[in-house]
Amino acid sequence: MIDSSPATLPAADPPAAGNPLSRRGNRARRKLQRSVEAAIRLALLAASTVAVLVTIGILGSLIVETARFFELVSPGEFFFGLRWSPQIALRADQVGSSGAFGAVPLFAGTLLITAISILVAGPIGLLAAIYTAFYADRRTRAVVKPALEILAGVPTVVYGFFAALIVAPVIRDLGTRIGLDVASESALAAGLVMGIMIIPIISSLSDDAITTIPKALRDSSYALGATRSETIIRAILPAALPGLVAAFLLAISRAIGETMIVVMAAGLAANLTANPLEAVTTVTVQIVTLLTGDQEFDSAKTLAAFALGLTLFIVTLGLNVIALQVSRNAKLRHG
Amino acid sequence: MRNCAMVDPKSHWQSQRFKSRLRRRNRFERQFRYLGIAAIALAGLSLSVLLVSVLANGLGATYRTEIALDIEFDPEILGIEVPGAGETAEITASADFRAVLRTSLMQRFPDAEGRSEVRELVALLSRGAAAELADRLVEDPALLGQRIEAWIPASDDVNFWLKSEAGDSGSNSRLSERQVAWIEALAADDRVARRFNGRFFSSGDSREPELAGIGGALIGSALTLLVTLAVSFPLGVAAAVYLEEFAPDNRWTRQLEININNLAAVPSIVFGLLGLAVFLGLFGMPRSAPVVGGLTLALMTLPVIIIASRASIAAVPFWIRESARGLGASPVQVVAHQVLPIAMPGIVTGTLLGLARAMGETAPLLMIGMVAFIVDVPTNFTDAASALPVQIFLWADSPERGFVEKVSGAILVLLALLGILNGAAILLRQKFEQHW
Repeated sequence: MIDSSPATLPAADPPAAGNPLSRRGNRARRKLQRSVEAAIRLALLAASTVAVLVTIGILGSLIVETARFFELVSPGEFFFGLRWSPQIALRADQVGSSGAFGAVPLFAGTLLITAISILVAGPIGLLAAIYTAFYADRRTRAVVKPALEILAGVPTVVYGFFAALIVAPVIRDLGTRIGLDVASESALAAGLVMGIMIIPIISSLSDDAITTIPKALRDSSYALGATRSETIIRAILPAALPGLVAAFLLAISRAIGETMIVVMAAGLAANLTANPLEAVTTVTVQIVTLLTGDQEFDSAKTLAAFALGLTLFIVTLGLNVIALQVSRNAKLRHG
Repeated sequence: MRNCAMVDPKSHWQSQRFKSRLRRRNRFERQFRYLGIAAIALAGLSLSVLLVSVLANGLGATYRTEIALDIEFDPEILGIEVPGAGETAEITASADFRAVLRTSLMQRFPDAEGRSEVRELVALLSRGAAAELADRLVEDPALLGQRIEAWIPASDDVNFWLKSEAGDSGSNSRLSERQVAWIEALAADDRVARRFNGRFFSSGDSREPELAGIGGALIGSALTLLVTLAVSFPLGVAAAVYLEEFAPDNRWTRQLEININNLAAVPSIVFGLLGLAVFLGLFGMPRSAPVVGGLTLALMTLPVIIIASRASIAAVPFWIRESARGLGASPVQVVAHQVLPIAMPGIVTGTLLGLARAMGETAPLLMIGMVAFIVDVPTNFTDAASALPVQIFLWADSPERGFVEKVSGAILVLLALLGILNGAAILLRQKFEQHW
C-alpha cells in the first residue's frame, strides 16, 4: 500500500522558470487536479462498497420475505414439520392452514444427496490431489490438472442433463437387473453426478493444503526410512488436516447450494427417506419449483421459497466462514 | 547388502520378521500408488463419458431429415392474385402454402385417397414446412407460378423412424404402415436425406423439435452477458483498485475483504432470489428481460472480478509505483498510467473467466423468469428472452424425443463458446505473463 496523501508531493508539471503567470496557472491546475483526484477516490470507494450493498440486499430481501412467511406459517412448523406439500395451498383465504410447510424432508433430501456426492468426490478428489503432488511426473501433471479444470468449467446444466438423461436410466436398468426397485429420479443418480462436479473443488483445494506443508517435514520422514505412502499418511495428511477440512467444508457448501443438477435429476416429491434409490427433493429444487410457476408475491408458497433461500444462505455462509477460519488458523501455524 | 561379511546374520534388519514387514510396507506403497492412479482414471473416465455422450448425440442436431418434393407455386392453389407485368406479387398471410404441399404430395402418391389418408400423407412433413416455403417465396417472388424441386423438412416421427430403421421398425414407431411405405418409396428415389440444418443456429424455440433452434437463446445470452460485462467490469476493477491502492488498513477494509470472499461462495440461486425480490419486486423491472438477467449475473460475477483484479494489481512490483511517484506522479496518476496498464491482462483474464461462469449459469435466470417458452428472437435488452443454458434446461425437460438431440447440440454450442472464452483467457495470460 502506498502513501495516500496527495498533499505531500508536488504534482507532475515542473515549474517553467522565470514566468510568474505560468506558475499561477500551475497552482490552479494543481488545485483542479487535486479535486478531480479526490472525486476519483470517492468513486473507487463507492465501487468497493457495492459488494457490501449486495450482501445487505440479499439479507434484507430474504429476511423481509421470510418474516412475512413466518406470519403465515410458524417457524416451529417450518423447521421441524415432517410434511411438505405446498401445492395444496390453493385458496387465498386459507393458505396458512391448508398447505404443509414442514421442511425437514427437504433438509434430509439435501443432506442425502450431499452425502452421496461427498462420498464420491471425497476419496477421488483427495487421492487425485495426493497422486499429482507426490507421485506424478511433470508430464502426467500437465495432463491431469487441466482435465480437472475442464471438469470444473462444465456448466451445471450440462451435468444436470448428464444425470437425468444418461446416468439415471443406466442406474435404473442396473437396479432392475439385480432386482432392485429404483426410482427414475433417484437420489443416487443426482448424488453421483454432483460428486463428479465436486471432484475438482476437493482436488484443487486439497492440493493447495498439501503443497503448503513445508518440504522439511517430508524430507525428515523420508530420512527416517518411511515410504512415500507412510510419509503421506502419517506426516503430511495430519499436518494438512485443517486445510483438508476446509476443502471438504467448501465442497459440502457447494453441494448444498447446487441447483441445476438436482432440479433436473432429483424428484419433486418430499420423501423422508435415507434410501438412495428413492426419489428425494432438496431445498434448491423446491425454491425453483415454488418460484417458476405463476406467482403472486403474497402467497405462502412464494414466501416459503424465500424462507428456504434464507436457510440455504445462512448454512452455506456458515460453512464458508468456518472453512476460512480453519484454514487461516492452519496458515498461521505453518507460517 | 546380504553378502557383506561384516553383518551378523541374526541382526535385526535381516530377520524374517523385518523382511516380511518390509514386504508388507512395500506392497502397501504399491497399492496406495495404484489407488491414486485409479482415482485419476475414474475422474478422467467420467469426464470422457460426459463429453462423448454429449458429442455423440449433439452432432446430429445440426442435421435434419428432409424430403425432396416437386413444388409448384401455383397462384390459384395459394390464393394469391397473379401480378401484372412488372409488378411483384403480394404474398399475403392468407396464402395457403399447406395446400401447395398437399397437392405436391398427392401428385407424387396418387394412391392416397380419403381425408384420413391424405392427413397421414401430410403428416410426413414438419408442421413448419409451410412457413419455410412462405419464406422462400417472400425471398424470391419470381418463383410464383414456377415448378421447382425443394427440400422440405420431414416430421420428427419420420426422423426417428429412419434412425431406428436398422433396429426395430415396428414396435416403437409412431408411423403407420402406409406412411412407412411412402417413406420407403421416397427413399428408393433418393428423395429422403439428412441435410445440414442452418436454422438450428438462427431460429428461436419451437414446439416442434425439427424447427427449434438456438438463435433466440444465443442472442438472449449475448444481450445478458453484455449487461453483465458493462456493470461488473468497471465496478469490479474500481473496487479492486480501491482495496489494493487506496484503502487504509483498518477494520472496515478487512470486513470488506471478508465480505467479498464470502460473496464469491454464495450459491447462485440466492442471487436469483435477490434479483427477483429487488429488480422485479422493488424496482418493477420487466420479467424475463436480458437486462434483469444481466444485472443479476453481474452481482454474481462481481466478487470473481474483484478477486482476480486484486491479485493482478498486487502483482505489479512496488518499484514501478515508487519510480512513478519519484518522477512526481500523484497516486491516482500512478494507478491510471502505470499500475492499471500493467495489471490489465490479468484483469481481463479474470473477467473472461468470470463471464464464462456467468454464461453457463442457469439457476438465477430461472428465478427472474427467463424460463418461458419464447419463440421470437429478442432484439433489445427489455424483450422477453431466453438464454442458452436455460434453453438446454427447457429442452432436457421436454418429453418430445427429438429434443434430446437438440439438447446435446445446444450443449455442444455452449461448451464450444465456453472453450473459446476460457481459451482466450489462457492465451492472454500466457502472452502477457511477466516475471519481474
